[in-house]
Amino acid sequence: MSRYTPEEKVKLARNPGRPGAADFITALFTDFFEQRGDRLSGEDPSILGGIARFHGRPVTVVGHRKGKDLEENLRCNFGMPSPEGYRKAQRLMRQAEKFGRPIITFVDTPGAYPGKEAEERGQGEAIAQCLALMSALEVPVIAVITGEGNSGGALALAVANRVLMLEHAAYSVLSPEGFASILWKDAARAGEACGVMKLTAQDLRRGGIVQGVLREPEEGAHTDWEAVFRTVDAALVKELAALEKLKGPALAKQRYEMFRAMGQNMSLARREET
Amino acid sequence: MNRTFSRRRDRLLVYQAMREEKIAFSRRTKCPFCGTESSDLEWNRRLWVCPRCSFHTPVGAYYRLANILDPGSFQELEEGLSPADPLSFPGYPAKLAGLEEETGLKDAAVAALGKIEGRKAVFAVLDSRFLMGSMGTAVGEKVTRAAEYAARKKLPLIIFSASGGARMQEGIFSLMQMAKTAAAIQRFQRGGGLYISCFTHPTTGGVTASFASLGDFLLSEPGALIGFAGPRVIEQTIKEQLPKGFQRAEYLLSHGFLDRIVPRSEWRAVLSQLLALHEKGGRI
Ligand SMILES: [Zn+2]
Repeated sequence: MSRYTPEEKVKLARNPGRPGAADFITALFTDFFEQRGDRLSGEDPSILGGIARFHGRPVTVVGHRKGKDLEENLRCNFGMPSPEGYRKAQRLMRQAEKFGRPIITFVDTPGAYPGKEAEERGQGEAIAQCLALMSALEVPVIAVITGEGNSGGALALAVANRVLMLEHAAYSVLSPEGFASILWKDAARAGEACGVMKLTAQDLRRGGIVQGVLREPEEGAHTDWEAVFRTVDAALVKELAALEKLKGPALAKQRYEMFRAMGQNMSLARREET
Repeated sequence: MNRTFSRRRDRLLVYQAMREEKIAFSRRTKCPFCGTESSDLEWNRRLWVCPRCSFHTPVGAYYRLANILDPGSFQELEEGLSPADPLSFPGYPAKLAGLEEETGLKDAAVAALGKIEGRKAVFAVLDSRFLMGSMGTAVGEKVTRAAEYAARKKLPLIIFSASGGARMQEGIFSLMQMAKTAAAIQRFQRGGGLYISCFTHPTTGGVTASFASLGDFLLSEPGALIGFAGPRVIEQTIKEQLPKGFQRAEYLLSHGFLDRIVPRSEWRAVLSQLLALHEKGGRI
């Protein structure tokens, strides 16, 4: 039983003092080489990606980047990617597959950017292609949800063999504010929405949406980065070792079947054979 | 194929289609776009495309199929698939039951096997009368099973989308249907399957950002609103008014995200041409 309510957890998940993708990369990886641009039209800093070593092993690492100060927040659009970001992620993941590198992603975003240019350049198409590509990758993919993972903009980096989640992170179909305003026409009821959305790591573990919950310091990840890094590092080592025993097609199959099963048995309950 | 069965299926489809449109011969209906009133008889004759402004109003899934498929070829797939309530969301089961009563649909998607000019294909059609065609577990599962069925039978897959996006009442399980359907489509396509995705008004959110955008061919009805974020959310975000025609099919066509715009009366001809072009045979 957690000592925090879902609403308090969402607050913790959004705490700007939590470590982000850039911090995890600095702490857990060596030899990071940032890769930029989607090779089509632009570079979106709200997605950070590149190659690095993880315990000596070359890997591809991709994550949402919110930025650390206002200037960087603005440059990174507060972690809300545009299609160029998702297309860069696709490029990096395709390359990872070519070179047989495992992929590690860090998820922390209020959602994909709902802007005019983002729509014109095919935000929906860019996310869809991420999902399709990731579902079939023949290398190990591990996603870590570190802060808030909202909507398709988060899922686009989280079609993984293992989805891990920090204890006080949140992962949901939409922000609680958006959820409340769609269902109840009242964004002010976001707190109430947190209660019904089943967006905590514990609920999601129970629902089979995430495969591991990673312990945070009592007061949240922002209070002791070193402890969080140790926990995430150990989890990645363990999961990667397990996944590296599987061959490429088996990795794609395991991932496919895991997502294939989500929401399947529920509908099956009242199914008639046709 | 047994002729009695196929006749019965046909009557069922026509009955469903009529029930959907509730055609009252004396009634007049206003166009939601331009406001012009026309008789339902006229509306129906034009497949619910406005006689005045050509706005393609949303139509039911069975009605759409009845107007596209060869007579007698309709065979519904997975019709028993029912929605779930994974969040135990207050009032949701009652809402689903009410909509089933009202529309005759169990959820917002219909899957079928059918023929167009003699060529077999698997169809999935979203129906916006059912919670805006939003994608919950039942819609995700139906689209996935349609893709799997098409893969097994080595048939082309044709999907008509109309959706407000994720089904909020099913929370994260709704979100996961994006990954599930995209994965199923990807697997079908890698196996050599032909997937034609047809957008209709309106298609937004998680459906645009998953299976609907993954077609080997992307087609749309005229004037359809297609996007990830809805126009209201965008205007609130950027605090300016969007240009006229933004996110409409014609806008997407000019920005490179559609192959072609297809008026409702031409679906049969266009789909037939594409199916024929993917048949084996022909030699130079
Ligand atoms: Zn009109």
